[in-house]
Amino acid sequence: MGLFNYFLASRRSSASVAKERLQILVAHERSDQYRSAYLPMLQREILEVIQKYVEVDREDVNVNVDRDGDCEILALSVVLPEPVPLSRNPPQAAVGNHAA
Amino acid sequence: MATIIVVTSGKGGVGKTTTSAAFSMGLALQGHKTAVIDFDVGLRNLDLVMGCERRVVYDFVNVLQGEANLNQALIRDKRNSNLHILPASQTKDKTALTQDGVGKVFDELSKEFDYIVCDSPAGIEQGALMAMYFADEAIVVTNPEVSSVRDSDRILGILASRTQRAEMNLERVREHLLVTRYSPRRAKKGEMLSIDDVQEILAIPLLGVIPESQAVLQASNTGTPVILGKKSEARNAYMDAVDRFLEEKKPQPLQRVETEERGFFGRVLFGS
Repeated sequence: MGLFNYFLASRRSSASVAKERLQILVAHERSDQYRSAYLPMLQREILEVIQKYVEVDREDVNVNVDRDGDCEILALSVVLPEPVPLSRNPPQAAVGNHAA
Repeated sequence: MATIIVVTSGKGGVGKTTTSAAFSMGLALQGHKTAVIDFDVGLRNLDLVMGCERRVVYDFVNVLQGEANLNQALIRDKRNSNLHILPASQTKDKTALTQDGVGKVFDELSKEFDYIVCDSPAGIEQGALMAMYFADEAIVVTNPEVSSVRDSDRILGILASRTQRAEMNLERVREHLLVTRYSPRRAKKGEMLSIDDVQEILAIPLLGVIPESQAVLQASNTGTPVILGKKSEARNAYMDAVDRFLEEKKPQPLQRVETEERGFFGRVLFGS
């Protein structure tokens, strides 16, 4: 694959290589920008809600966004203390949302 | 109320100061009272490109710190009396640019001018952020080259999130793409990103294309805005860009929508 790309690139104009590189980079950086804006706030608010019911530390709540093709997956994991006082649910929840 | 225009790019050396000088002179030539402000504190150059470097007595920072009033610092252009230049300080540091201070200077300028053109420094620090904070319109100067396009995209993100309009949930800053140092011949040969390529990536309306031209260096050599220099493709291209900018601002229906929206936000925010 790498070799194939190499030969493909050497025959294409440098401007079209530039365009392709930029399109990939810019799409990536835009999603980073959007993500970094809300993720810390989301994490803090989720922590506050959980702390109303359970004693958890900041490190016990993890918020992550993974990408799978066009779909972005928001994964939330909370480590609950032993013994679990209120919840009978497993400490893992995953919410999927669509990419913008 | 004056319209505030920021000339920005992220990357250095793409033609922000050349564009600020040409564009502000272009607005003045069409009869609009225009002030052009250098936000590059510590590395001022607009005065040199405009050819008024020997007339600088007081500067923007002197005004911000109350050491001079605005009329003492503004330099009236000798070629066109509609145009005034507010030079940056060469000695102070950029932390002198505070949001409150800059806002007050704009309020005062707004009483007298139709347009305020802000020549942003490169980068995304205090000076650049202050140059764009109060903007109504942004001219994003981009070279058809990978690092410039990437930096322009970054600037577009900041325009959408860290300006007064973004923070107050007002109508967003209107963005305009100005491609400079363009060579149609090289783009045709596939050696340079084409206008379509750049526009496709940045996805904002195109205001103009300034071709690579010897006239730009000749103009800065003599301290003459390109738009006033001898006939050249670059001069014509800047004239076109100014025309297009003013034309876009004309349509009546659009302006009605704008005032209605502002009225609505005004009611929500101030309860009147």
